[in-house]
Parts: sequence; structure tokens; C-alpha cells
Amino acid sequence: MDLAYTPEEEEFRARLREWLAKALPALPPKPSPRDWPGRRAYDLGWQRMLYDAGYAHVHWDASPTTRLIFLEETETAGAPYVGAGFVGLLHAGPTIAAEGTPGQRERWLPPILRGEEVWCQGFSEPDAGSDLAALRTRARRDGDDYVVTGSKIWTSHAEVADWCELLVRTDPAAPKHRGITWLAMPMSAPGVEVRPLRTLAGSTEFAEVFLDEVRVPVANRVGAENDGWRVTMVTLSFERGTAFVGEVVACRRVLRSVAAAARDDGRWDDAVLRRRLGRLNAEFRALWRLTQWNVSEAEASGGGVPGVGGSVFKLRYSHARQELYDVAADVLGAGSLDLEQPWVLDRLSSLSYTIAAGTSQIQRNIVAERVLGLPKGR
Amino acid sequence: MRFQLTSDQLALRAAMRELLARRFGGAVLRAAVDDPRLDRALWRELGAAGFFALRVPEADGGVGLGLPEAVLVFEEAGRVLLPGPLVATHLAAGTVPGAASGEAVVADVDGGGLVEWLDAADVVRGDAAGAVALTSVDPLTPVHRVPGARARAVDPVAVLLTAAEQLGTATRACELAVQHARTREQFGQPIGAFQAVKHLCAQMLVRAETARAAVYAAAVTADPVDIAAARLLADEAAERGARDCLQVHGGMGFTWECEVHLHLKRAWVRSRRGGGGAESEELLAVDLLA
Repeated sequence: MDLAYTPEEEEFRARLREWLAKALPALPPKPSPRDWPGRRAYDLGWQRMLYDAGYAHVHWDASPTTRLIFLEETETAGAPYVGAGFVGLLHAGPTIAAEGTPGQRERWLPPILRGEEVWCQGFSEPDAGSDLAALRTRARRDGDDYVVTGSKIWTSHAEVADWCELLVRTDPAAPKHRGITWLAMPMSAPGVEVRPLRTLAGSTEFAEVFLDEVRVPVANRVGAENDGWRVTMVTLSFERGTAFVGEVVACRRVLRSVAAAARDDGRWDDAVLRRRLGRLNAEFRALWRLTQWNVSEAEASGGGVPGVGGSVFKLRYSHARQELYDVAADVLGAGSLDLEQPWVLDRLSSLSYTIAAGTSQIQRNIVAERVLGLPKGR
Repeated sequence: MRFQLTSDQLALRAAMRELLARRFGGAVLRAAVDDPRLDRALWRELGAAGFFALRVPEADGGVGLGLPEAVLVFEEAGRVLLPGPLVATHLAAGTVPGAASGEAVVADVDGGGLVEWLDAADVVRGDAAGAVALTSVDPLTPVHRVPGARARAVDPVAVLLTAAEQLGTATRACELAVQHARTREQFGQPIGAFQAVKHLCAQMLVRAETARAAVYAAAVTADPVDIAAARLLADEAAERGARDCLQVHGGMGFTWECEVHLHLKRAWVRSRRGGGGAESEELLAVDLLA
């Protein structure tokens, strides 16, 4: 067991740190959260800077440890988050890289890396909830096209996306986990309608997407027809495996600011509050160690698709994040009712963490059945 | 960075698990509960296996290993509820004659004025004058309190090794609960098929695995702040894990015959060491302002 990095990894870290110090001051001002075209341009611009500097594909072909260092350093330096590039870089891209044909990889991967195209995720449906396989959006074959009709929900970045990783039912007679197909759908296709949803934080992070006889070429299918559930599991394991590394670093920074605020306004003398902050420090230190453990495990096993350890991490992390912002609210006192104060919007958005990407309840089922081997049941 | 057990570490853990299964299995544990005396022969056998001399340099006749290895063997000891002043004797190896080999049993007045196994000890470190015996909640850990003992700084290594024992209990409690949930049938199916039971077990694993990462990392860095974090996580994983394990066992879990209560009680004893976790919380709070 060791926590030391190799000389090559340390060199990667030093070079990245040096580049970030020069690159970040050159960034344009951050657009308002409500300015979606502005946010798209800003996020893609950052991706282009990463591409030009040779860091664009670090999520795809670097070793897990190198990826860890990348996320640690960019977050520590306050670099922009992947933002609108999230689905392309962390879900659709890795899925196409793993399951796509050479032609599909050539068509879709370079624009993601260069920050030219935005992807969104068309998995969830209004009535399906966490039961992803209960999807009803259907596609029938018509010549060289699939004709798709149905609707999707909770589709992040749909307003500004070029492509959608879309799950459709191609065989309604098959058992529900079969008969599903993974398609890349152009968002500009006739019959695609996007209606933004307003979150409880007041923003339009995601949307409903209505599909009315949308024609998607059969050539846009990734994986075999009716084999989409397996492809989806590949996508989701990426989602659970690496999505939160940078956020743990961010939470540790926020926790320090909360402690500093408590010290500055005299709340530090409150032993109960102080000890809660101490416990949260223990919590986020442990989550960082768990991240390092999972990354080392992935590296030891060849660095392929992340394993079920991601569910263990997500369960603990999503609740710790909410606790962090609850403590922040206690430090703010009456200020916690003011949306203009720091951490208040983050507190609201942290409420989604125990729901998105599989609710905590579903994650517990996954851990119990796949890790502990408990029987499936109701 | 290779934050995983090495093959040598895996072998050490397996050897310790094998020794303890052979010498301190379920039947021996039960017999010990009925007659809670320190087993001197077992103590010497632990000594011969290097349990106490593990971190004593080879030049001084020890095994010459480090904290990560010590944490692994203490985790195994915690798993099987091995009784005795294990931490105090391990820490005395190399300074108190006979401690390294398991000839001597060493008790320690800890930072909170608590002494475990005072009457069984050959050597007592710290001032135990006026110690008062408590009717210990844990049948396998006799406890004395030294009234008026001034709280003093707690040795971080003692804290870490205790956390390793707690990790053993947390892991074992999860295993026992899962075993029971897979075999015990109610309403025509194993109770592990019920989501409410599943979720208890899943949370036990999540707490144990988070604690494991914290304990192992603290063993690598030996940093007092890392150790404080490991302690808090491990105490929580052990206490809540044993409690949830009891819940999964239902009415049977509330009986003396079911060994789950022994895990819970030992977890309580360990979490009181050094005056409890408040000092660790304060240390971690101050670290945020550094």
C-alpha cells in the first residue's frame, strides 16, 4: 500500500499546474447561469483550450491515476468544470469508444474532444423513474432509418445539444431488459421538440424532449439492435465511476471556506458546530482516500470499465455533500434564506445528488445484490 | 500510487486470520465469555507469531514491519473479538521486557483515565493508583477507571490500532448480517430479499469500506489528522454496524446466545478509549483553519 505518485505522474502534475496558471487568466468572463448559449460557448471554449494543450482526451486514454491527478489539479486551480461537455466526454464518448464501429468513432469522437459538439442523455422517461428499462419510446425500422416516437425527461443540456445518446425500444415483445437499442440522434432532426424544465434552484438545467416520428439512420446505432441495455450498463458504469472525483476536491475547499466563515463571525466558539465541521473534515478526507483506493483498484485491474465500487462511493458522497451545505446554512444563519449568498444555490442543487444517476435507494439495492450477494426481491 | 494491499500484506493477513481461526474460533470465544481470564498460552503464541514485535526493528529482534502491517493484524484481531490489552502490549514491545515475545502482559492507563485488563497485567504503564473496577459492559474486557486522572495527550498509534480493531468489527458485523439475511426465511423467502433488510446491509458495507480507506491511508501516512479521521469513521462503522447486525438478527439478536452483542459492546469499549472521539473532532476542526 502506498500513496506516492511515480516521477512520471508527478511530472504530469507539475506540467499541468504550470499550464493552468497561464491558461486560466486567459479565460473570458463566466456567463450567467441562465445564459445557455453563453454557457455552451464558454464550456466548449475551455474544452478547445484543453485540446490545444494536449489534455482533451485525458478522460479516455490516460491511466486512472493520471485522470485522478488531472481532476484534482483542475479543480484545485478553479478551472471550469466540463459543463456542457459532460455527457459527450464522460458518457457518450467512452461508450462510442468502447462499443462503436471505426467509422462511428471517427465521426463522433474528434468533435467531442475539440469542443465542437455537445451531447445530451436521452435515457430517463416520465413514467420510468429509476427503472430505466421500463422505457416506452419506441423505434420501428423503415428502410435505412429508425422512426422514433416517445418522450424523454431530465435531459441535461438538451437546449444546446447537437446529439442525444438515445435509448429506444425496438422489440416491444421482448423481456424489458432486451429489445432496447442505443442510438445517436441528431437534435436538429425534424420531430424533436425540447421544453426546458425549471429546477427547484430556479434554473433550466434540464428539459423534456418530445420525439414525433423522428428519423434516425440505422448507421447511428451503437452496438447491435436490441443489445442496448448492455451498452447502457457500460455508459452508466462510467457515470458512477469517475463523475465525482473533482467534486470531492471542491467539497473539501468549500468546507474550509465554511470553517473560515465560522471563525470570522464568532460561530467557531460553538463546540457543537466546530465538532460537526471536524466530522465533515473526516468524512471528505475518507471520501478522497476511497477515491484513491478505487482508482488504484481500477489501475490494478487494467484500468477498464469502473466497477461496482462506484455505487459505494456515490451513496456516501451524495449524502455527505448535502450535510456539508446544511452545515454551511447553519453558519450563514438567516443568510441561508438569501439566494444571493454563497452556498445557498449549491445547497439547493445538492438535493439532486441522492436522486440523479440512480437514487440512493436503487444504489443500496445494487450494493446489496451485486456486492453482498443478497437475493433479488421486492 | 498503488493504494492496494501488496502480496506480502495479503499473505500476512491470511496467516493471521488462519492463526486466529485455529486458536480463537467461535467455541473458544464462547468459553472465554463464561470464564473471562487472559489466555497466557495464546498470548505467548501471538508473541511467537510476531503480533507484538511486528514494528520492532529487526536489529532489535523484532519483525521490522510498519504501521500498514500492524493495522492489518489488528483488524483481524478485531474481527474475532480477540480479548486482552493488545494495543498496550504492542506499544510496549521493545521497551518493556517480555512484551515483544508475549511473556509479559502490559496494561496502559489511557489518556481518558481508563485501564483495560488491569488485574491481569504484569506491567502497568501510567499511574493507576486508586483505580476503581467497573462492572464492564463487555464481558470480555475488564475495565478500571482512575478517578481524577488528568486527561493527557493520546498516542496517535494507539488510536490508529484501535481504529483497525473497529474496522474488523465493522466488516465482521456486515458479514454476519449478510449470512443471516441470506438463510433466515420469513414470509416464504430469505429476509435478505426484503429491501428494508437489504438497505441495512448495504449501509453497513458503505460505512465499513469508507472506514477501511481512511484507516489504511492513515497507516500509510501516519499523519495525526488522517488518524483522527480514521478513528471517527471506524468508530461509527463499528458501532452502527454492530447495531444494524443486531437488528437484522431480530429477536435472536437480542439474546445472550447470539454473539452479535459482544461485537457491539466491544465497539463501545474501544470507542471510549482515550476519552472518546471529541479530541479527534477538535483536531480535524482546527485542521480546516490551517
